[in-house]
Amino acid sequence: MLTAAIVAILVTMVLALIRAFLGPTEYDRMLAANSFGTKTVLLIALGGYALSWNSFLDVALLYAMVNFVGTIAVMRFFEYSTPVEPSEEGEQTS
Amino acid sequence: MSSIISHLIEWVSGFFLLAGGFLCISGGVGLLRMPDFFSRIHASGMTETLAAPMLLCGLMLQMEWSLDLVKVLMILIFILATNPTATHSMAKAALHGGLRPLVKEPGDDEKGEVSSKT
Amino acid sequence: MHYLFIAIALYAFWLLLSGHYVALLLALGGLSVLIVVFFLLRMDRVDGEPSTLRPSLKFFRYIGWLLWQVVLSNIALARRVWDPALPIRPTWGKLDTKLPLPLEKALYANSITLTPGTLTTDVRDDHLMIHCLSPEELEELRKGEMERRIKDIGV
Repeated sequence: MLTAAIVAILVTMVLALIRAFLGPTEYDRMLAANSFGTKTVLLIALGGYALSWNSFLDVALLYAMVNFVGTIAVMRFFEYSTPVEPSEEGEQTS
Repeated sequence: MSSIISHLIEWVSGFFLLAGGFLCISGGVGLLRMPDFFSRIHASGMTETLAAPMLLCGLMLQMEWSLDLVKVLMILIFILATNPTATHSMAKAALHGGLRPLVKEPGDDEKGEVSSKT
Repeated sequence: MHYLFIAIALYAFWLLLSGHYVALLLALGGLSVLIVVFFLLRMDRVDGEPSTLRPSLKFFRYIGWLLWQVVLSNIALARRVWDPALPIRPTWGKLDTKLPLPLEKALYANSITLTPGTLTTDVRDDHLMIHCLSPEELEELRKGEMERRIKDIGV
């Protein structure tokens, strides 16, 4: 079961990489990168247990934190690179 | 008696791992299939809000009782607590960057970009 | 009192992560906890009012309900993703809210984002901007069950 889950995580990582390459906008690429990072945390946790590494969970926890901070940092950079005021949006569906 | 319980734990753990793996792949497929950025966020959220907890719960059920178990629980809580913030920051950055959600009207056949103001 | 609680929680966190109980590491842990609490004092001076969410029984009941909602909407979304026709109709609209406190509003927006299928893109004084995969989900939110439950916590 552990092996099946690891294979599923690897497949998802490949799918996220395809989206990161295709990507039309930079936001899509960042979304794929964020998703990839979460999958890496899961892969370290499950794979480390399966291969009985030492202190793999510390690595996974640290990776989760770095992934979060990295996403926020890159998105702040994108957010203020173009000076657009958010407009008051109305209802857009019927 | 104890062998029954350990078998049960193994079954539940296997179910969690398989369901988590399936949800993980569906999130990846959704990431590829969805038509625009804002709907892709939902697909990515699916892998983070349910697939990750399920996989980690499956892992927790397999481990023996130790400090590592609490660490896995902490990773789980951390992923769940940070996911909305990261997602919201991405959506807000995309809105600031001028990207507008694709809105499909009920009567429309082709996908039309609806942007009230840019 | 409040800071003492934070310091104890941080030290427990340190002990949990390190797993070694020798004098040097315990002293280093105490030192870093002191530094963090000192920074927290300075930050609260900037921030104004430190508003906290007390972990109560009602709060945990809400978390349990929220996790159940997350499971339900995940199943619905997974079904949609694997459907060959991809039956989605992305919608972007206003959701009015009457929650007065910023903390309640933040909890509401985060809960909406955590549920797959709905996403908060903006938070204003009296409404949130919601993007969701079908208009039905927005209607479901407008019925206001989640809002009522957050009010019940009583921050």
